Amino acid sequence: MIDGVDNEKRRFLTKTATMVGAVGAGFLAVPFASSMRPSAKAEAMGAPVEVDIEKLEAGQRVVVLWRGKPVWVVRRTPEALANLVELDGVLLDPESDQSEQPASSKNEARAIKPEIFVAVGVCTHLGCSPVYRPDIAPADLGPDWKGGFFCPCHGSKFDMAGRVYKGVPAPVNLEIPPYYFVSDNRIVVGLDGEKV
Amino acid sequence: MSEKGMSFREWLDERLPVTKFFEDQLLKYYAPKNFNFLYFFGSLALLVLVNQIVTGIVLAMHYKPSAELAFDSVEYIMRDVDWGWLLRYLHSTGASLFFVVIYMHMFRAIFYGSFKKPRELLWLFGMVIFVLLMAEAFMGYLLPWGQMSYWGAQVIISLFGAIPVIGEDLATWIRGDYVIADATLNRFFALHVIAVPLAILGLVVLHLAALRTTGSNNPDGIEIKKNRDLVGIPKDGIPFHPYYTVKDLYVAGLFLTIFAWIVFYSPEMGGLFLEHPNFDPADPMKTPEHIQPVWYFTPFYSILRAIPSKLGGVVAMGASIVVLFLLPWLDRCPVKSIRYRSPLFKIALTFFVVSFLGLGVLGTKPVTETYTLMARIFSVIYFAFFLLLPVFSSVEITKPVPERLTEPVIPLAKREGFQWRLIEDGIRALEHSPFLAGIKQLLSKLLGKNSGI
Repeated sequence: MIDGVDNEKRRFLTKTATMVGAVGAGFLAVPFASSMRPSAKAEAMGAPVEVDIEKLEAGQRVVVLWRGKPVWVVRRTPEALANLVELDGVLLDPESDQSEQPASSKNEARAIKPEIFVAVGVCTHLGCSPVYRPDIAPADLGPDWKGGFFCPCHGSKFDMAGRVYKGVPAPVNLEIPPYYFVSDNRIVVGLDGEKV
Repeated sequence: MSEKGMSFREWLDERLPVTKFFEDQLLKYYAPKNFNFLYFFGSLALLVLVNQIVTGIVLAMHYKPSAELAFDSVEYIMRDVDWGWLLRYLHSTGASLFFVVIYMHMFRAIFYGSFKKPRELLWLFGMVIFVLLMAEAFMGYLLPWGQMSYWGAQVIISLFGAIPVIGEDLATWIRGDYVIADATLNRFFALHVIAVPLAILGLVVLHLAALRTTGSNNPDGIEIKKNRDLVGIPKDGIPFHPYYTVKDLYVAGLFLTIFAWIVFYSPEMGGLFLEHPNFDPADPMKTPEHIQPVWYFTPFYSILRAIPSKLGGVVAMGASIVVLFLLPWLDRCPVKSIRYRSPLFKIALTFFVVSFLGLGVLGTKPVTETYTLMARIFSVIYFAFFLLLPVFSSVEITKPVPERLTEPVIPLAKREGFQWRLIEDGIRALEHSPFLAGIKQLLSKLLGKNSGI
């Protein structure tokens, strides 16, 4: 102690003041970080989309935009449905235990009505939109290809029910959005039938 | 200088250390006398940085960061703004050449061991600049809002989604929406023009300050500060100004000639600098057939693609950059320059460079089984270089390092190894060939008999 100055006390006060200041700065960072979250407007988007499938022929696909993402609606052919059963061995999760889908679509065909397949067309790997490849055994995809979806970005493969193959980068099956049939030929994507 | 001029300088120096700054940084900063062409890339990087900032400011005056207007505003710059096309091509070409220059600069550091003690911090600052530069380039590439902008950003931001537990929320936070949208474009614009450039400029100052502290390395990898004359000036050092400022200016001229050629004759570089799908406006419904990042990201992108697991791919890609940060501690050989290192290191470095270039080429190709296999082999070599380096570099048999600096480029006759003998034989054969004699004759005829060729 020199000239009645308590250095110990000064150091203590400096340290505590710094710590309190750091906590204050931490609180101040919250508004900055939070302002970067999706705004109320972005969260309010995502109204359900109605799709008319009357003119959709067997094997054809339509793409609609829901919450900024492409959603596919495919009318599967009987052959495509028959092929689904044969693929179980080469798929990562044939029972769809890991993937996201409404309870009504957790079945072999991953659909409410087997012939109508609805899925979010975003690869579960890194978000590209896979290409619809219903052709059987094309040259580029090999003789074992039974039709499905191929992601051009990183080569992930999905079958006609959006189930992912083994040995590709995508970790889970394609997501099935909530949807329900308003009538035989009209689907609403974005709402679960049981909750309506 | 006149008395009035002197007094103004003195007046200034009393208030701001202008003279002292120039003396410390240029006139009395002694650099090794044997810099060769690999030493130009640092100053060239600075030149490109200035180009990016100046053209970027003007482009920002005409560009509109909104999903509705962005694509059209870029076309507006190209067609309606006076000289807009030139400014945009200067900016886009500058971005690609920035990476050419930086990759050469980094290669030089590995080649001559410039990252080693006492220059570890210099290397680390440089690596942070490299990572920031990648962020800057990535965010800038979203701004034209073309198909490749959109889907490239979609893939890269989804990488964060692979992180366990917090991943999806983090990706949403970065995008500011559940998909790439207007909010993403707007914030990338802010980060691209303000946040990242400011950080890069700050780090360039730190990088240069660290360089001035340790002094430059050189092709011989020996410290010139160890040999000083009576007044303390390194015997093998020459003042940075005028020797290297003039040399750098000359190379800047050459570099800008190439730059101008690209800007005027091949600004898209066959789809390498400006990718063809990016001339289509962003469409969230449809991914382009072959999606790929711009060429300078492709080596890392190939590593990502080579691994058949989402998290594994992201981890490997991250690791491929993190290992570069660790280089000063992975390389345990006390000898810096490749000139005095073992053949083992030369072979390992060759493999590394080939794998890096190979990954780069593969990253521009669509996914096939052969390419995936090749990418896996190259990825293994890439990581093997860093993993084996600590093992063999500590037991390497090196050559004796000289006390004083030698040539900037070792003359052919002094080089050891059969490949140099082959090249010598080739040159000798060419000199005596009738083909060369014919060309000489033709030239002397064309230029007139007095030209003396």
